[in-house]
Amino acid sequence: MRTFKKGGVHPNENKISQTKSIEILPIPQKVYIPITQHLGAPSTLVVKKGDSIKTGQLIAKSESFICANNHSSVSGKISKIDNFIDASGYKKPCIVVDVEGDEWIDSIDKSLEIKKDITLSSGEIIQKIKEMGIVGLGGACFPTHVKLMLPEGKKADYLIINGVECEPYLTSDHRMMLEKGEEILIGTSILMKALNVDNAIIGIENNKKDAINHLTELSKNYKGIKIESLKVKYPQGGEKQLIKALTNREVPSGKLPLDVGCVVDNVGTAFAVYEAVQKNKPLFERVVTVTGKSVKEPKNLMVRMGTPVNYLIEKAGGLPEDTGKIISGGPMMGKALTSLDVPVVKGTSGILLMKKSESKRNKEQNCIRCGKCVVACPMGLEPYLLAALSEHKNYEELEKHHIMDCIECGSCQFTCPSFRPLLDNLRLGKNKVGQIIRKRRKK
Amino acid sequence: MNILTISGSPHVHGDQSVKKIMQGVIIALIPAMLMAFYFFGLPAIIITLTSVVSCVLFEFLIQKYIIKGEITINNGSAVITGILLAFNVPSNLPIWEMIIGAFVAIGIAKMSFGGLGKNPFNPALVGRVFLLISFPVDMTSWPVPGRFSTSLDAVTGATPLGIIKEGLAKGNHVSDLMSNIPSYFDMLIGNCGGSLGEISAIAIIIGGIYMLCKKIITWHIPVAFIGSVFVFSGILWLINPELYIDPVYQLLSGGLMLGAVFMATDMVTSPMTYKGMLIFGLGCGVITVLIRVFGAYPEGVSFSILIMNAFVPMINKAFKPKLFGETVKK
Amino acid sequence: MNDIIIYSVISLASIGVVAAIILYFVAQKFKVIEDPKIDLIEEVLPGANCGGCGFAGCRNFAEAVVKAGNLEGLRCPVGGNETMNKIAGILGLEVKESEPMVAVVRCSGSKENAPKKNNFDGITSCAFANNLYHGESGCPYGCLGLGDCVDACQFDAIYIDKKTGLPVVKEEKCVACGACVTACPRNIIELRYKGKKNRRVFVSCVNEEKGAVALKNCKTACIGCGKCVKACNFDAITLKNNLAYIDFEKCKLCRKCVEVCPTGAILDINFPPRKPKVIVDTDKKTVEKN
Repeated sequence: MRTFKKGGVHPNENKISQTKSIEILPIPQKVYIPITQHLGAPSTLVVKKGDSIKTGQLIAKSESFICANNHSSVSGKISKIDNFIDASGYKKPCIVVDVEGDEWIDSIDKSLEIKKDITLSSGEIIQKIKEMGIVGLGGACFPTHVKLMLPEGKKADYLIINGVECEPYLTSDHRMMLEKGEEILIGTSILMKALNVDNAIIGIENNKKDAINHLTELSKNYKGIKIESLKVKYPQGGEKQLIKALTNREVPSGKLPLDVGCVVDNVGTAFAVYEAVQKNKPLFERVVTVTGKSVKEPKNLMVRMGTPVNYLIEKAGGLPEDTGKIISGGPMMGKALTSLDVPVVKGTSGILLMKKSESKRNKEQNCIRCGKCVVACPMGLEPYLLAALSEHKNYEELEKHHIMDCIECGSCQFTCPSFRPLLDNLRLGKNKVGQIIRKRRKK
Repeated sequence: MNILTISGSPHVHGDQSVKKIMQGVIIALIPAMLMAFYFFGLPAIIITLTSVVSCVLFEFLIQKYIIKGEITINNGSAVITGILLAFNVPSNLPIWEMIIGAFVAIGIAKMSFGGLGKNPFNPALVGRVFLLISFPVDMTSWPVPGRFSTSLDAVTGATPLGIIKEGLAKGNHVSDLMSNIPSYFDMLIGNCGGSLGEISAIAIIIGGIYMLCKKIITWHIPVAFIGSVFVFSGILWLINPELYIDPVYQLLSGGLMLGAVFMATDMVTSPMTYKGMLIFGLGCGVITVLIRVFGAYPEGVSFSILIMNAFVPMINKAFKPKLFGETVKK
Repeated sequence: MNDIIIYSVISLASIGVVAAIILYFVAQKFKVIEDPKIDLIEEVLPGANCGGCGFAGCRNFAEAVVKAGNLEGLRCPVGGNETMNKIAGILGLEVKESEPMVAVVRCSGSKENAPKKNNFDGITSCAFANNLYHGESGCPYGCLGLGDCVDACQFDAIYIDKKTGLPVVKEEKCVACGACVTACPRNIIELRYKGKKNRRVFVSCVNEEKGAVALKNCKTACIGCGKCVKACNFDAITLKNNLAYIDFEKCKLCRKCVEVCPTGAILDINFPPRKPKVIVDTDKKTVEKN
């Protein structure tokens, strides 16, 4: 079975919620929609306090290249535009909407029927995706239309759809593939047309056999789409690792997947693309897994953007007594949240509640130079060395040892028997070296 | 409302820890220990206990009164050093010499560098080599193994490697000496002279397989070490079987198995990458054969591992893991 | 036996001679002619290589001074006026006297004033925590208390007070090299005039949030009310982004602003204790600081 060769770890899967079908979460009374929910330049607000808005209405416009539109997820009145804490741990501008009913803008096709025919041309599809504010739903939130606009002279050979979901606990992509298989395949075809490629591979890890079987069955009706089952290994969902696993091509250091002829998108993104192109529906809701060992009813919920996290937790049986940490995303790469009022955004794939006993790190001990981090690193780096260099603030050496290649997957820290905070130090070093490189480029 | 904890990802940790690794190594050492107790009797038990207790005690005292830092004796690394040190001495070694050995191993080879993880050389081996150089007579008079006995006065004899070395030095040929040395089967189960832990190859191999299954060690160092001894001594044997003993004998005799499985694989003093580990094992093997065949000592495993320990930082520098994306396949 | 001694003496001696000859020629060939003034200046410099002057070390600073030929913009903050006068003497130049400076921590968000709302579990690095989130107190501008400034200080002049969780500058040791200023990811530390008798008045807050928001996280936040601006007779206080700032070049240390500040965000350091005199306005509290 295919997988990437170098490094990787195997955390406990804990996919508690994988048998729970997607439920639609009722709209809360108040939502906090962050104005910028993607990676890149901030979008420009086009509504103001006191405006009445409808579901799907544009609220913030993209005005630079790497930027995305943002739409309202509810209908109602904007009561406030202010800063609120989001998943980044800092206050970011949000619009607060007092919800009144759920009135969608007219252009959205609300019918449940599946539209298979792709009528738009490649350029029109990209325009549509841009308009509807589609971003990568895997977590990084990179605007999708930017990925699709190939620079002059570059050609993609493969479209890779990421259905790996290698993070423990999370099951939102898994449920999407089971319940929205047809839509995902149409979305994939749309992306193929936009990119003008003939081959698409959907990579799914072997622990989701039902999804693999379901999609393989459906994909017989779609030309050029292949379903590939992959051996379970973290971080297979990383772009570079997935490309290596599926096509045996290695993205060189500092280059993009496109340089080896690949474009990678998440299954959630493929679904959003389907809805945007075929149904005219902007990206304003997504599937979020609410899970954790002490959660009463782990769930997969279809959530409107801007819904506060505590509303989701309420629906999953309430906040357990012994919660010590709340993570947005998976346990390997997710961000710890500072409060329960953080709103769901385009990049929120899951809400993971950890018990107090799980949330405390073990005390760090001396490095015993076992080399397990070196073996675990999927990028072929030496985390023990990089962490030490970062502690000693030796940024020149850090750069020489390729710290910028670190994908921050956390495999090194996960595997370290001395419980050393390797990734903390690596992040710090990467950040500093990044600053130095940027400064040098400016000169 | 609870106070939420904030930390960087990853938020989960694998199930490995230093303590678990050390416990695994101790379990893996048990078969060899039982064989030693069986063949050498009560003195072996006394020596092992003395070594373990004094190693742990020295580590505790140094951490408490000299370093004044955290006390980490419960992670088990001092216990392992103690057992390995005892495994490397003859069972009739005087107790006070054993205590000195333990002090050198823990106090000088380990704690003076900053404790677990900072020592460049394997502490048990440093202790052994110190004893070997300081008390050469006591360290090379080997009791003849027998069934479990409580007698503290043992008849001493030579190790298989010693027999060969002395015999060859007197101008005898290998074929003349073959009748004096134990059979391969005896050497495999441990019915031959030698240090406590090194006699039984089979018990050590069982321990090694256990560690492999528990992913405490990887196959690279032992295989490279043993393989290179086999190949190198095999070449010499093919050149002149009358002057050089056959490779199987080289493998089963002396501390090679103990060294390759337990000493060279010590995480702290071995390289980080698989490539580096292979080079490290290869170097150990070649130096071992060189000392055994051409050197003054009959046995060279401890010296070879210590010499290669010194090269570990260089190996780590020279043999980096291959970067992802270094070669572009078009 | 004698042979061995003779041979070894002869061989060692000849190696020594050959090496000496080689060394002589190499030294001749690669001789670097340097201005002797550089050495002279380096001698009068403190030799801490702290980087406070903006150069990598004292030697580099000396080279730069000699090369520049004047002292404009070049200054050794550690040595202060005394050292600069000596350098000027060596080069035959004039030097402007400048007032001694000291590092000042502009945050009063102690554990008491700004109680913690989250637990941080990670490496003790402010830079790391700053990338991760707003900090335990919830104030996105305040001190994280993890001691990057302490790490940066080469003169042992700053430490974290365990009780308050805030860094404290030891005035007598601080040489105003500015290492802590650059190390602080939140720009909380500032170099200010040491002041007469070490007396200083400054706004001990850098929070630019609106007053009500800032107060939620910290009792002693500057709320940008502007009372101090009005109270100041010397135009030394400016209000920008909901935050008052006292210009230390203009401040005459009259302490009127301290009296009017409703939250106690303005600190006066090293003044004799005030007599518990009339509090002007009942709802204003003056903060007693010794």
